[in-house]
Amino acid sequence: MSAPDPQLDEQGELKHFLTIEGLGRPLLTKILDQAESFLGIAQQAVKKVPLCRGKVVANLFFETSTRTRTTFELAAKRLSADVLNLNIATSATTKGETLLDTLRNLEAMYVDMFVVRHATSGAAHFIAAQAAPHVSVINAGDGRHSHPTQGMLDMFTIRRHKGDFTRLCVAIVGDVLHSRVARSEIAALRTLGAPEIRIIGPRTLIPAQAESLGVRIYHDLREGVRDADVVIMLRLQRERMTGALLPSAHEYYQLFGLTEERLSTAKPDAIVMHPGPINRGVEMDSAVADGARSVILEQVSNGIAIRMAVIAICLGAQNRRGQKTQGEGGGMDG
Amino acid sequence: MARGPKLSIRNGRLIDPASGTDQEADLHIGEGRILAVGAAPAGFQPDRTLDARGLIVCPGFVDLSARLREPGHEQKATIASETRAAAAAGITTLCCPPDTVPVIDTPAVAQLVRQIAERHGYAQVLPAGAVTQGLEGCQITEMAALKAAGCPVLSQADRPIRNSQVLRRALEYAATFGLTLFLQPQDADLGEGGCAHEGRIATRLGLPGIPEAAETVAVARALALAEQTGARIHFRGLSTARGAEMLAEAKARGILASADVALHQLFLTEDELDGFDSDCHVIPPFRTLADRDALRAAVAEGVIEALCSDHQPHDADAKEAPFPETAPGISALETLLPLTLCLVAEGVLDLPNAIARLTTGPAEILGHPPGRDLGCIRPGRPADVCVFDPLESWVPSRETLLSHGENSPFLGVALRGRVRWTLLGGRTVFER
Repeated sequence: MSAPDPQLDEQGELKHFLTIEGLGRPLLTKILDQAESFLGIAQQAVKKVPLCRGKVVANLFFETSTRTRTTFELAAKRLSADVLNLNIATSATTKGETLLDTLRNLEAMYVDMFVVRHATSGAAHFIAAQAAPHVSVINAGDGRHSHPTQGMLDMFTIRRHKGDFTRLCVAIVGDVLHSRVARSEIAALRTLGAPEIRIIGPRTLIPAQAESLGVRIYHDLREGVRDADVVIMLRLQRERMTGALLPSAHEYYQLFGLTEERLSTAKPDAIVMHPGPINRGVEMDSAVADGARSVILEQVSNGIAIRMAVIAICLGAQNRRGQKTQGEGGGMDG
Repeated sequence: MARGPKLSIRNGRLIDPASGTDQEADLHIGEGRILAVGAAPAGFQPDRTLDARGLIVCPGFVDLSARLREPGHEQKATIASETRAAAAAGITTLCCPPDTVPVIDTPAVAQLVRQIAERHGYAQVLPAGAVTQGLEGCQITEMAALKAAGCPVLSQADRPIRNSQVLRRALEYAATFGLTLFLQPQDADLGEGGCAHEGRIATRLGLPGIPEAAETVAVARALALAEQTGARIHFRGLSTARGAEMLAEAKARGILASADVALHQLFLTEDELDGFDSDCHVIPPFRTLADRDALRAAVAEGVIEALCSDHQPHDADAKEAPFPETAPGISALETLLPLTLCLVAEGVLDLPNAIARLTTGPAEILGHPPGRDLGCIRPGRPADVCVFDPLESWVPSRETLLSHGENSPFLGVALRGRVRWTLLGGRTVFER
């Protein structure tokens, strides 16, 4: 625990964005504030700023994704960076090799930043540890571990609606066991000072010793969302119906599917969130997903601003480090 | 039998748990055997005298599980490289699990391993024969033939036997020939896909967990079958407090069961996984501090009779991947003695008892293979001797380790205790 945070450079600035854990409130607030300033760009006629001109960002997706990859791509392009998109199918036997080999090849193309999604927990940490010193790594989701930009865009959405975190009750519903989104949200909410975080689900989908995450555990949806300011629904993968975790989508919806009626115990001004894509009629009723309290589409737009903020902060710190070494006469081009 | 030189080891503190010896005493060796303890035999003229002043003289260590990776995985290590590392660690006898390629499920492979080891001559290698053919958990091996080929025990390595009927019959058939089964207790289904103790840290890091019950269910099943069949079992590498407790209860009831623990389990816990250090990826996984402390107590009380290296050398590639995709295991031969001495320094065991867990304890479990009395220093017995400096401080590193496996969480950590001489059958196989 005493080892230096691999995400921060010697100046304490964000070098990689791998997990929200270990980052302080000022840094998270800086990301949120930066995103706020980028939010207006989408409404401009010319949707670009030249902050990252000349930088190369590689989207390295070992696991398929539409939403996350496109929003990262848009974010990088709006910052005027060049973007490479790589969708790499993984074969079970050679994953590790493929990963390192791919990394080395891309480094040889002078990529400045990797945006990585991988099905294995710890993959982003591994890539950050292996990457050349000048390269930044952003975790776009690793296994069940972390999805920090999703966590931050959810915080951004919450802050825009609720302002202050220090009085909030947030309920997270569903498959917490397999959810990197839930882990990132919980870490962010704790750092930002949310006093009550609840997780709600059947015991098969709640991880061991979950209370050590700093949350309260509920197995009843109505009780769990009572007086909540924010209700976050998690995606339920179809494969959870096998392997004895759940009997059926039907029973899951009966017990943990969010309907207007079950939402009635929450605060009247509660907002409903979902990282998408939604399984309508499994995690939530369409009436809730499309209803007045849903901010789900807003989350998607906010995702671009947050990803711009994270890319700009990491690449900005990269530039300052580069200038510093050049100033000292030790800079090497290329 | 090779005629070894005549040697005297003088002025050392001789610790031989088998005879209860712990005193300053000289040791005289000739013809590959211990000739006398204390005064030299009349007319004895040593070719060489080793001055062991300030050093400990004890039986060569017996390690119940060390992977040598040969045949089949020579890119990781070889019998030559790892037995040389064993000699540097004071280990004179080691048992290698059968998960080589090909598997040690026929006399030919067992003999091959022994012959290669004998040719290099750094340590005695006892291959554990496979319990089932190809370690597939279905068809039992020709156990009598494996025994005749020099396998003192049988093992399933880290591949569990799913079918309880197969396990029951394997126990019965092995017991026919007085063979002990080494079982690494982890339930096949409860542990499947896991890479970390199911608890606080795995939950935070999103690592697939291996619950405590993966061990306790396997221990309970094996104990029930051992009781039913009267066969002898050995738990190769306990990791939980509850597992050790169940073993203690079973022993009290007279079930023929024993256990060892890998030394690193007595020092590291689940917290080491923070940061995804693949050198801390082991199976069974590092568990909680309470488990670690209970395992230490079980070692102190003798419920766990043997300390083991559970040596698993890997090539760099095997550890260069995201944590769950890395190969589990630690290169551990050369930290066996310093970590054991660390237990002494921390008050878990006194030195003679600590040495017993590396000598008489494992020797007892192996059941004294024919022709050798392992783990003791007695006139007439083969001179397998370790002489070490309990105070010498050193740092395991890529430069200091002889093993081809550099995968150790103890690299760069200053440890105390270093071997000065290792004798195998009276020959000096290591000195520094």
